[in-house]
Amino acid sequence: MDKLKLVEATQLKTDVPKFKSGDVVNVHVKVKEGDKERIQEFQGIVMGQRGSGVNATFTVRKISDGVGVERIFPVHSPRIAKIEKVKDGKTRRSKIYYVRNLATKAVAQKTNA
Amino acid sequence: MRYRRKGVKTVSGILGKKIGMTSLFDENGEVIPCTVIEAGPCYVTQVRTKEKDGYEAVQIGFEEKKERLINKPLKGHFAKAATKMLRLMREFKGFNGTQLKAGDEIKVDMFIPGDIVDVSGKSKGRGFQGVVKRHHFGGVGMTTHGASDRVRAPGSIGGSSYPSRVFKGTRMGGRMGFQRVTVKNLKVVKVIPESNILIIRGSVPGAINGYLEIEKKHH
Repeated sequence: MDKLKLVEATQLKTDVPKFKSGDVVNVHVKVKEGDKERIQEFQGIVMGQRGSGVNATFTVRKISDGVGVERIFPVHSPRIAKIEKVKDGKTRRSKIYYVRNLATKAVAQKTNA
Repeated sequence: MRYRRKGVKTVSGILGKKIGMTSLFDENGEVIPCTVIEAGPCYVTQVRTKEKDGYEAVQIGFEEKKERLINKPLKGHFAKAATKMLRLMREFKGFNGTQLKAGDEIKVDMFIPGDIVDVSGKSKGRGFQGVVKRHHFGGVGMTTHGASDRVRAPGSIGGSSYPSRVFKGTRMGGRMGFQRVTVKNLKVVKVIPESNILIIRGSVPGAINGYLEIEKKHH
């Protein structure tokens, strides 16, 4: 198992901020267009985290033009330039999938955000 | 000629041990599924030559074993090659004019990222399995009309009046797995020579800590 960790260690980021479900985060994603690269921001509420080591991912949900959009990011992906915590949230469970069925206002109430 | 890299005369394969699977990011940030293998160091225990053995091959051994666990004939074999006492030995195809001799060390640095390899190992034992899992049969079908006990059944295994017997080799239930399996054309993703690690894209046969033969294909 140690050798597996050794291999994974080369891929892990060290500057990932701590965040949890219910937090509002701003994810800076590197987007390639032709040979140009730019940063696209994706800000939303963290719905859950799963996995460990290199395989860790988290789901972010936001409402874009009235349509719910969810994106799953690998925490240690080199395509993510930066993760910013915008707001603290408070939830009673680790996966808050139920926010899909709530109105935007109710989500804010539920997560104390 | 198939296994020859220009100017380098070495062996076509190496022995290793499966460490486990993980994922790595490639240069585009894509996730690639990888198997981590501890490969080598191996030692040449014998060189087979056309004159003496009728074929060209290099016999290599992997992983040290306690001396008291090795029988006398093998001890003599290792003493002759002046190597350590080794656990696993395999022959790999050699080619004309191999410069290797008994006692030489073979390391993972024989591979470079992008190499195409075949990996052989013993698959995981599955025990006694039915035809659906073992031979991908579809089962007989219906769960209603009184056929609910036939869902995973093999169906007919032969005619009654002719041939009046079951043909040899008819696929039935039985022991599955723990067989030699080769997965062909896997790509080497990364090599870490300091810790004898070889990382291959995709999965390889067998359980964690299972022994593997990794054979390099032509370039």
